Amino acid sequence: MIVDVTLREGIADPEGATIERALPALGFTGISRVHAGKSFRFEVEASDEAAALEKANALGGRLLSNPVIENAVARLAPKD
Amino acid sequence: MARIAIVIFPGSNCEYDAAAGMALLGAETQFVWHSDRDLSDFDAVILPGGFAHGDYLRPGALARFSPIMESLAAFAQAGGPVLGICNGFQVLTEAGLLPGALQKNRGLTFLSHDTTLIVESPRSVLTSCAQRGQELVVPINHFSGAYTCDDEAYASLLEHDQVVLRYRDNPNGSRGDIAGVSNERGNVVGLMPHPERALSTLTGSADGRVLLESFLDACRVAS
Repeated sequence: MIVDVTLREGIADPEGATIERALPALGFTGISRVHAGKSFRFEVEASDEAAALEKANALGGRLLSNPVIENAVARLAPKD
Repeated sequence: MARIAIVIFPGSNCEYDAAAGMALLGAETQFVWHSDRDLSDFDAVILPGGFAHGDYLRPGALARFSPIMESLAAFAQAGGPVLGICNGFQVLTEAGLLPGALQKNRGLTFLSHDTTLIVESPRSVLTSCAQRGQELVVPINHFSGAYTCDDEAYASLLEHDQVVLRYRDNPNGSRGDIAGVSNERGNVVGLMPHPERALSTLTGSADGRVLLESFLDACRVAS
C-alpha cells in the first residue's frame, strides 16, 4: 500500500517553491508548479482490497498527515 | 505558590530553561514525563521546546499520542493555563488544542536570532500583563515555524482575537506574521519564540518577563 501526503490547495509550499527556484540554475527548463509531498509504503493485512484501502486511508488521515494542511490518499502499490 | 508542570517528551531540550525561568519569577516547577497521566497537582502546564519523539513524521505528530496528552486536553478544557513554546506550540497544534499548523520556514532555513514581537492581544494567559501594540525582543530558534492555516481558520482567529503575538519583521513566512496564537478562551497559548531565553539583559533581552509573568499570574488565579 502507498499513502501519498500532499499539501492542501492554497497552503504555502516552501519546499516546492525552493525546488522550483533552483531549477533554472541547474539547467532544467519548462518545469513549473512544483509541489513537494511525502509517500509512505507499507504492508496491510486485510480480507480484501477495499478493506486494506480503508485501513490505509484511516492511518493516512489520523497519523501520516496533518489534515489542517495536508491531504492523504491511499493506493495499491504496484507489485514488486 | 503556583505549581507548574513542565512536560518532558523524549527529545525535549528546553525544559531546564523553562524551569529556570519560572523559578526566577518565583514559581515552583516539576518535570512530568510524557507517559504520566496525572496533572491534578498542578496549576498550569508548559510544553517546552525541543524535538519531541525526534520530530519524526512532522514536529509534534507523534507527541500528540503520548499518554499525558489526554490529561492535558482535559486540563485545557477545564480552563487551566497551558503554554507551548516552540516545539510545544507544534505539539499543541498537532493535538488540535490550538488552530493551524507549523510548516517549514520560508526559504528552508533554520533560524536562530532575536525577533521583535508585537503584542496583538492582551486577552491571553501569556499577554495579560502586556499592552496591545507593545514591542518585545525575544529570540527564535526553529526550522518549522511558519504558521499556516486556511482562510476560514484565519478569519476565525481574527474574529475571536486569538492572534496573541505577531512578528514585526516576518522571519519565516508565517501567515499574517503570526508568532503566537491562543484558543478561543485564551487559556491555551502557543508561540514559536522563546520567552524563557529573554529574562535578563545580561543575555540579550528581558522582554520575555512580561510574558512569563502574565502566565504566572494566570497560574495564581488558577491555584
